[in-house]
Parts: sequence; structure tokens; C-alpha cells
Amino acid sequence: MTSKGVLASPLRVALLGAPNSGKTTVFNALTGSRAKVGNFTGVTVERREAPLRGMQRSIHVLDLPGSYSLRGETIDECIVEQVLDGSIEGTPDALLIVVDATTLSRSLALVLEVLEGHSDRPLALVVTMVDELRARGGKLDFRKLGEALGIPVFPVVGHRGVGLDHLRESLARPEDWSPAKVFLKAMEPESRFKLVDQICEEIGSTEIEPDTRSDHIDRWLLHPFVGSFVFLAVMFLLFQSIFSWSVPAMDGIETLFQMIGSFSREVLPRSLLTELWADGILAGVGSVLVFLPQIVILFTLIHFLEDIGYMARAAFVIDRIMGWVGLQGRSFVVLLSCSACAVPGIMAARTIPSPRDRLTTILVSPFMTCSARLPVYTLLISAFIPSQNVFGLFGVQGLVMLGLYALGALTALGSAALLKSTIIRGELATFYMELPPYRMPTLKLLSVQVWHSARAFLKRAGTIIFVTSLVIWVLLNFPRSPVQSGTVPEIQAQQQLEVSVAGKVGHAIEPAIAPLGFDWKIGVGLIASLVAREVIIATLAQIYAVGNPDDFGGLRGAIQGDIDPVTGELTFNIAVALSLLIFFVFALQCTSTIVVMARETGSWRWPVFAFSYMLGLAYVASFITYRIATVWLL
Amino acid sequence: MTGLVGNQKICSLALQKPGFQGRIVDVLAKGKVTQRLRELGFVPGTTLKVLRWGPLGDPIELELRGYRICLRRQDLMALQVELIAK
Repeated sequence: MTSKGVLASPLRVALLGAPNSGKTTVFNALTGSRAKVGNFTGVTVERREAPLRGMQRSIHVLDLPGSYSLRGETIDECIVEQVLDGSIEGTPDALLIVVDATTLSRSLALVLEVLEGHSDRPLALVVTMVDELRARGGKLDFRKLGEALGIPVFPVVGHRGVGLDHLRESLARPEDWSPAKVFLKAMEPESRFKLVDQICEEIGSTEIEPDTRSDHIDRWLLHPFVGSFVFLAVMFLLFQSIFSWSVPAMDGIETLFQMIGSFSREVLPRSLLTELWADGILAGVGSVLVFLPQIVILFTLIHFLEDIGYMARAAFVIDRIMGWVGLQGRSFVVLLSCSACAVPGIMAARTIPSPRDRLTTILVSPFMTCSARLPVYTLLISAFIPSQNVFGLFGVQGLVMLGLYALGALTALGSAALLKSTIIRGELATFYMELPPYRMPTLKLLSVQVWHSARAFLKRAGTIIFVTSLVIWVLLNFPRSPVQSGTVPEIQAQQQLEVSVAGKVGHAIEPAIAPLGFDWKIGVGLIASLVAREVIIATLAQIYAVGNPDDFGGLRGAIQGDIDPVTGELTFNIAVALSLLIFFVFALQCTSTIVVMARETGSWRWPVFAFSYMLGLAYVASFITYRIATVWLL
Repeated sequence: MTGLVGNQKICSLALQKPGFQGRIVDVLAKGKVTQRLRELGFVPGTTLKVLRWGPLGDPIELELRGYRICLRRQDLMALQVELIAK
């Protein structure tokens, strides 16, 4: 390699190793990235590249999905295979093989496989979790291990940064790494493991004690009855807390935006620009930002469950039930992660070995209640469901929220069963999943992850919701209705809504959605929500703000007091609210999900199918809900 | 309790109960599932422990080579194990 090429391409060092061995933690520590980590297998499903910090020479670190062997079985494992053989651009110049110190007698087999086939480039071994090894009474002589394999060995504790400085220094010159010993290509895993056992004996690697803390916890969490009960209790508390904990913070943010709004109207001159600011941006973006506390609570809990090691346990407890609908425990992990967002969830389905199971899981994952539905649910529930307690303990609002989550999950399972017995038939596939030791996440890691998720929510509000708010504002305000002197401002505002483009479109589709109890305003919101679900909130807030400029006290109050000018009755009643909630449980209103579904299945056929299926289901279910609720509740 | 059925010495891992400790002696079928199992360290000579069954009897949690893994009973059929005398 010449020292200064014409086009200096960076030196690439790839991290590869078994799932959950800590590759991404090392990657984050080396590059200062904040890629998602978690204590379960299959968190990383794509190739990722970032420059190594503080280097004179340009060195890039590649993070790869975990793989048990170089024979790619799942899609994420195939990425490793393709990166190594150069069929994905940016072939690594050197490899860091990452092994978890506590599972050495399994992980060394992959190390040998890499040594057999890829000793043409510099190789080194990174041994992670050496603190856990010591805590469990294990001994490992890193010098002897290095001698047995021929390559440099770097013991590290990734999340504490122990040993990383040494590793970073060595990464500056991979050319100087000692060359690997020559290992003949083993034809079968048996002969490879024979060699592994030999090496372990040679270097005096002792058996480690079982992790007693995990044993104690698992005795309860994996107990046939207690474990299932704990699972339900965790879910139950989650949805109760979303209500009881976040409401004060939510009210505070809402009041703040109202104050800014009324202040702006007083200070700024009456002009189109002021209207754009107050009714377009503040009402639109502000109405979504109100839900930040919910997002923070939801993500804190999800990240905690992922980091501590509960995901694999949940998969263990639920696998048999997943088997009834033709899926497996790993599908459940994917579906559970969809409660944050379906987009990474659908990508995580790459870890499912059977193509049929994977496709089925992808198609049903939009039914899981994602964080974009949360604001819509919260708004409608807090506006229309009474905030009483049952048995003096559980809030009705929290119970309704729990019911909506359960309905989404049950529909996902039911649809999976339907798909697997009709168009995606196949044998019951295999399931295997490692149960990692429980690991307490550091407060720093947890807060970084939650901040990362909260920032993504804020960014969405600042980009996609901001832009759609602008577009909707224009559609609501143009063409201008002629100003007639002497008209009450309120009537004038209503006339403006009627003649606007959005108003015309809303009225045009009203006949189609009237059977569900929706008026033209909800209609406009539904069309806008095709971009992203929470946009309906921004849109409704704008419609009410434009229609009632001098007295807009937040969206909740506006929809509660919306009175039909003709009949004099409330247009937005509990039947409408329930019908709209049910519509949001089922409908696939998310452009990103549709795009990622097309990419991951390699065809537009499946997203089109999923969209139509879910829309049909949403329409029928909303219709039934509205009819029943009108009879029983009004 | 030995966890063995009848008085056979060698038996399928799929039939073993929690508490069983034994050694793999043979992997019968050669297919996609057993290929992955072998890569995971399920090779003759490896000792393992049956930790627990899932609710409703499936999947099965095993301990081997310093790690824990759960698998479905049907996928363990091909693994022949013998009891380690204590």
C-alpha cells in the first residue's frame, strides 16, 4: 500500500463475532457513535461504518451483525459473508474478531473459522466482558491465548472503556500485528470444536461458575406461572404509568405553548405571517411536542427491558404460543421492538431464519402499537374517557390504553395465523435463542439511549411534522375567502375553512367516512396522517386554531367543545373517539413503514397488500365500533 | 431421577427432563437444523445440562460451553445423549 494514494481511501477495520458479544459497544466506544446496543442477540442487523477518532491516518471501523458461523443462515449473517468476500463495497483491510470471555469454548470456533479463511489480512482478537469472567471465578491467560492463535489479543470491558486505549493505539498500524498461525480448513464443526477444546485445555482456560444472580432471577421470571404473571404485570404498569406519570408534564408543555401562542397574537401585528406562526407552526408542531413525556417514559422502559436481558426471556416464555400461530419466539422479539417503531422492527426481522416466518412477521408488525400512535391514543383517551378509577387502583384511561395495545398485538398474532394458514404456508420452523446473563445497564447508557430516542422524536417534530404543518396551513388558508366588512371574525374564519383547498377535499371524502362517524375535519387529518400517524394531531390542531383563532386553548379542549353549527350537537363525541381509536389500531398510515417493507421484501407487492388489508380491517372495525358505541354509550 | 426412558443408555436429548446432565454422543440427522446446532457447539463429546422447560413444555433451556440457549423440542430430536454418572 502506498503511503499517499491519489484517492486516499480509509483503512477499514471490521468488527465481527457471535451475536451479543459486544461488537457494537466496542464500536461506539472507538468511534464515539451511538448505535443501538442491547443485551440480546440480533440487535445489529446492518453494516455500519464510522471513522476512528483521534488518528493521524484515516481509519474506519465497521460494525457488522453478529454471526455464529461464516456460513450465513439468516439475512443479517449473510451481510457478514458478503462484506468479507467483497460483494458489498468497502471490503475490510483488517479484522477484529470479538469474543465474549464467558463463552470462549463456543466462540473460539468462529475465531478458528476466520483464521482458516481470512489470514490474508491482519487479524486480532478482542475479548469482551472480562470483568464478568473474573466475577464468575473464570481464569484466562490472554498471552497464552495469543500464542495459541498467533494473533494479538486485547482484553476489554467495553461499556467502561477498560482496555480500549491500548486497542485504539494498535489500530493505527494493523500491518504490524503478528500473523495468525496456519490452521487447515476444518471440513466439519466437529473437528473445529475438537481443536477449540484442545486450545482451551492448553491455555488452562477453566470452566466458569454459572451466573448465580441470573439463576435466581430466572427461577421467577421463567417460572411457568410466575413468569407469565410478571410479564403481564410489567406490561400493565407500563401503560398505567404512561398516564399517571406523564400527565403533569404534558399539561405543563401544553400551557407553555398556549402562552406563547396568545402572547404572539397580542404582540405581533395582525397579518398572514402571524397567522402562519400561531395557527400553523405553534398549533401544529406544538400539539405534537406535548407528547414528549409519554415518549420518554415508553422508551425508558423499552430500553431498560432490552438492556437488562429480558427480551430473550420474553421470547422463551411466549415461543410456544407463537408456535400456535405458526411463528416463533424470535418473531415476538421483533414485534415487541415494534412498540417503539415498526421501521427498525421490520429490519430486525432479518434475524429470523425461515423466509416464510420472516415475511409473515414483517407483514403483521405494523399492527403493533408504535410510539407514533401513542400521541393519538393519549389525546383521544384523555379527552373522552373519564378519568375514574376502578377498584380504587387502576385508572380507566390506562385500562383503555392497555386494551388498545392488546388489541394491536392480538390482531398481529391473529393475522399471522391467517397468513400462515393461507398464502404463506410452511412447516413449523426452528427456533433458537441465547439467554444472556442479566446485565444492569449503567445510568449513563440508559440516559444516552433515552435521549437519543427523545431527540429522534423532536427531530421528527422539527422536520416531517413542521413541513406537513406548513403544507396543511397553506391548504387551509388558500384560496382566501373574500373579507366582508361587518362579519364576525368567527364566521369569517369558518368561511375561510369552507372555501380552502383542504376544506373542499375534506368535504369531498366526507360521504366515504361518514359511516364511521368522521366529519370532514377528521377526513383531512386522516389524509394527512398517511405521511405519519401523529400528523393527524397537528392537522386537527391547525383546523381548530384557524377556525377559532381568538379562543384556541389547546386541542383537547377544542375537540371536546366542537359543536355542529347546524344541529347544535357535539360533533366529536365518545362514539367518534372510539371509532377513530379503532381506526388507528388497524390502519397502516406510515410512509416510512411502507418504504422499508418494500425494501426488505424486495417487492412493492407486499406493502400494497398490507396497506389494503389493514385499511379494509380498519374501515370495517371502525364502522362496527361506531354503530355499537352510538347505541350503547350515547 | 435419571431422565432416561426405559433402561436404554443412549437416548434423544428431546426426551430429557430438567436437571439432566449428559454428554452428546451422536448427531443423527444431517440437515439445516443440525448444521446450525453443530456450529453452536452441539458436537459429540460436549457436556450439557437441561435447565428448564418453557411454560407448556416447550422450548427447552440448555446450558453448554459456558452459555445458555433455548431450543424447540422437535429440533433436539436428532441429538443423542448419554447420562453422566455422578
